[in-house]
Amino acid sequence: MSDVYKKFEEKLPGRVIEELKVEAKASKLTDAETTKALNDAVKEYEALLISPGESIGIVTAESFGEAGTQMTLDVFHLAGVAEIQVTRGLPRLIELFDARKIPSTPSMSVYLKSEHTKNEKSIRKVASFLKEMRLEEVSEEFTLNIMNESVEVDLDNKRIKDFGFKKEEILETIKKDLKNASVKETKKGFTLKPESEEINLSILYKLKESAKSTLLRGVPKIIQVLPTKKDGKYVILCAGSNLKKVLEMEQVEGKFTVSNNIFEVASTLGIEAARQAIMNEAVSVIENQGLDIDIRHVMFLADMMTQTGIVRGITRGGISGEKESVLARASFETPINHLITASLTGEKDNLKSVIENVMVNQPIPLGTGLPGLISKIGEKKEKKK
Amino acid sequence: MVDIFLNEKFVGTVANQNEFLNTIKSQRREGIIPEKLNVGYDHELNEIHIETTKGRARRPLIIVKDGNSQFTEEHLKKLKEKTISWDDLLKEGVIEYIDSREEENTLVALEEKDVTKDHTHLEISPITILGVCTSLVPFSNFGSSSRLIRGSKLQKQGLGVYTQNYLLRLDTDASILHYPQRPITKTFMHDVFKYDAHAMGQNLTIAVMSYQGYNMQDAVILNRGSVERGLGRTTYFKPFSATELRYSGGLMDQIGIPDKEMKGYRSERDYRNLEDDGIVFTEARLKQDDVLIGKTSPPRFLGSLEEFNIDANTRRESSIALGEGMHGIVDMTFLTENEEGNRLVQTRLRQQRIPEIGDKFASRHGQKGVIGLLVPHVDMPFSSRGTTPDIIFSPHSIPSRMTVSHLLEVISGKVGALAGEYIDATTFDSPSESSLRKQLVNLGFSEDGKETFYNPLTGERMEAKIYTGNIFYLKLKHMVANKLHARAAGRIQLLTRQPVEGRAMGGGLRVGEMEKDCLVAHGASLLLKERFDSDKTVLHVCETCGMFATYDSYKNQAICTRCGGDAKVSPVEMSYAFKLLLDEIRSLGIDSKVELKEKF
Repeated sequence: MSDVYKKFEEKLPGRVIEELKVEAKASKLTDAETTKALNDAVKEYEALLISPGESIGIVTAESFGEAGTQMTLDVFHLAGVAEIQVTRGLPRLIELFDARKIPSTPSMSVYLKSEHTKNEKSIRKVASFLKEMRLEEVSEEFTLNIMNESVEVDLDNKRIKDFGFKKEEILETIKKDLKNASVKETKKGFTLKPESEEINLSILYKLKESAKSTLLRGVPKIIQVLPTKKDGKYVILCAGSNLKKVLEMEQVEGKFTVSNNIFEVASTLGIEAARQAIMNEAVSVIENQGLDIDIRHVMFLADMMTQTGIVRGITRGGISGEKESVLARASFETPINHLITASLTGEKDNLKSVIENVMVNQPIPLGTGLPGLISKIGEKKEKKK
Repeated sequence: MVDIFLNEKFVGTVANQNEFLNTIKSQRREGIIPEKLNVGYDHELNEIHIETTKGRARRPLIIVKDGNSQFTEEHLKKLKEKTISWDDLLKEGVIEYIDSREEENTLVALEEKDVTKDHTHLEISPITILGVCTSLVPFSNFGSSSRLIRGSKLQKQGLGVYTQNYLLRLDTDASILHYPQRPITKTFMHDVFKYDAHAMGQNLTIAVMSYQGYNMQDAVILNRGSVERGLGRTTYFKPFSATELRYSGGLMDQIGIPDKEMKGYRSERDYRNLEDDGIVFTEARLKQDDVLIGKTSPPRFLGSLEEFNIDANTRRESSIALGEGMHGIVDMTFLTENEEGNRLVQTRLRQQRIPEIGDKFASRHGQKGVIGLLVPHVDMPFSSRGTTPDIIFSPHSIPSRMTVSHLLEVISGKVGALAGEYIDATTFDSPSESSLRKQLVNLGFSEDGKETFYNPLTGERMEAKIYTGNIFYLKLKHMVANKLHARAAGRIQLLTRQPVEGRAMGGGLRVGEMEKDCLVAHGASLLLKERFDSDKTVLHVCETCGMFATYDSYKNQAICTRCGGDAKVSPVEMSYAFKLLLDEIRSLGIDSKVELKEKF
């Protein structure tokens, strides 16, 4: 039975064969019938393949370019509904394909394990653990006491209670975090005294600033959390992204949790995940704008950006800067730099791609300009026979 | 303490800014301080800025004191009697001009009934929020602002009687409309502006329908009968001029009929319209290449020897002739001198322009379109009363643009035309839709403005009723006759050997970056090459050194000057622009070589 399929393993993708196997079993096909079905499948599959010499790069560029002109910069807002602001539309698409290190609005969708999604209260609890909470947010005032050479911190008792802290807890974390200062509890809060020999104003000021930003709870960089229900599932939308730390939390369901920071995804989950993340982000922008761009164009771009194992943007520092041809690079951006380096290293342009050939007015090796080469190989083979 | 700046320069401080501001303002109103001075207090910066410079946009407002407008009934009466003028109101402190900075400190009431104790000023009229052109759009409060802006912009492009002394002027690109009319649906601005004196546009009978698809995508269909009766007919004037310039060495241009031996002499036929003085006679009918003003110039580059040895033969012809596709009648000739005292001859060509397919028309509501078809009168749809429309307008142009004002003008124009009166549809002060409908019924028409129409080709009654009425339409200055252009072969640029740009020079139509991408995307490789063949050249490349060889056309052979006669030199086809690029790179001191490979 499996012999029948073996022949086709190279002609068809594994998934198609698996599907056919299931179908053939269900319809109880004979080997001959299965072969016929497989042959038909091969025919269909080959008809869908892109033919040699098809200029997929330009077609992808035009597919994005045409739709891009219709993109609006407007952000759709619902009055009175809590939202997390995310860059969408053309600006997002640009930063995505340019592979900017940090997106203009980093965000995450955090999914939780089922035991934590029983009711809204438990979700809110997890959400409060996610959001970064710094000393600044539960304090009333920070003052520099120059006479005592110390920093006085007044805590806001109401807020401490609201966020479910205890004063002792806070003091504990402060003691742990600020190792070069001694902490003394006072009526209103506490005072910090630097433990250095020489004390001047700038040391006090630095102590004040580092005290302000002491992390009391939560994941660093997560600035805002918003628990919502999406497609029947509870999600915590976060402004700010820290995939690694969030995935380490035991309440979080790692399978579904996503970040929109491609580089973070690449460093925590690997390059394949980054490829998928690029695709998901691009598709979400396209859908959000009500446009229709074939997924294969997005896949092509994501493949190009990740094929070397690192995320590279379509910029002069990324993919476009690594083209083989000097003339092609020079025609994209910063022509002078490329010509200078080419002359210094003695580069040679083999005129293999499109733009170079347009420049020298030769047929481009694409479409009707390509088959000459193919038929030549065929002739040789025939002669050998 | 508030810092005071006079024309952006610090001049001092004052303790009580309100007292200071009030003093300045009241003294300005009394005429002690110049009226053109404005003062503004910036709350955020806590600064007072006094401005007396020119170039500030200022607008007049009525002053309000303690909740009372300073402009009284008495002023109105005196103004009507013409015993006082605008300047008197300014002097009296009834009106003052406010600039943008001072405006920040004011509270302006739109209407007198809105005035409270807090108000400092009163708008002279609510329509002052609109400009002159925008005020010319009727029912403008019924349209969206973007269309209103577009409508007022289109009016600036309308052809009419742009100035009454046009016969004595030599404007470039000037047109005069033959039968300008006063719009039936007007606004107050048409009276203020004396629109009759320089009217543009005509009242047309419009039908909102489609007709054989020739009015899709904003095109309009015109009735050829109406066009033949003078609809949208204009006269186009084009000036030409020639100066007798003086050059160094006492040489100068000469206006006159050039000698036959002259360098660059055209055919005798081209000069046939010139009189003995070398200037074309008035009312001459000219065609392409005909000379308007005959002129000869001294040679362009004189060697030091030739300067003293001037032969008549070295002069060249430099006449002013009609360009490609131009024709017309000589309207008038002006003989004057320019600022340097050189003799200046100017002539003006006149052309009658009858609307043709592609000419641009627009209503005053931002609804513009080009003529898609001219239909003979007999083939125009007609109503049950026997009227045929002048223009057929597509209904698809309405919903997405929401130009309700356009539709309202159709009804009001209809009412005005039938009742024999002008309808004042000033912004915020126009007759209501219901009153217009009522008047239509009284005039014996359907209240919704629709009428039964018949198919002119079959005589069948149309199933749908057609919305029809009268609307004011403008012919815009963009005419096909000025823009039609195509080229098969022609002039090329000296530097790049590519076709020149522009219609006037008979230039090529550019296949740009994006057009190139389309051909690449289709894989049309050889078509793409052929498109870019405009500057192709055959160059001889030395296969030893990779540099361009010198081609000797007498001996019909190419020799590499670097490697000598033995080096193999092969002809290569490439674009001249690329050769230029290689040359430019070489001029930077970078050696660029061309390496050749056998094609087969």
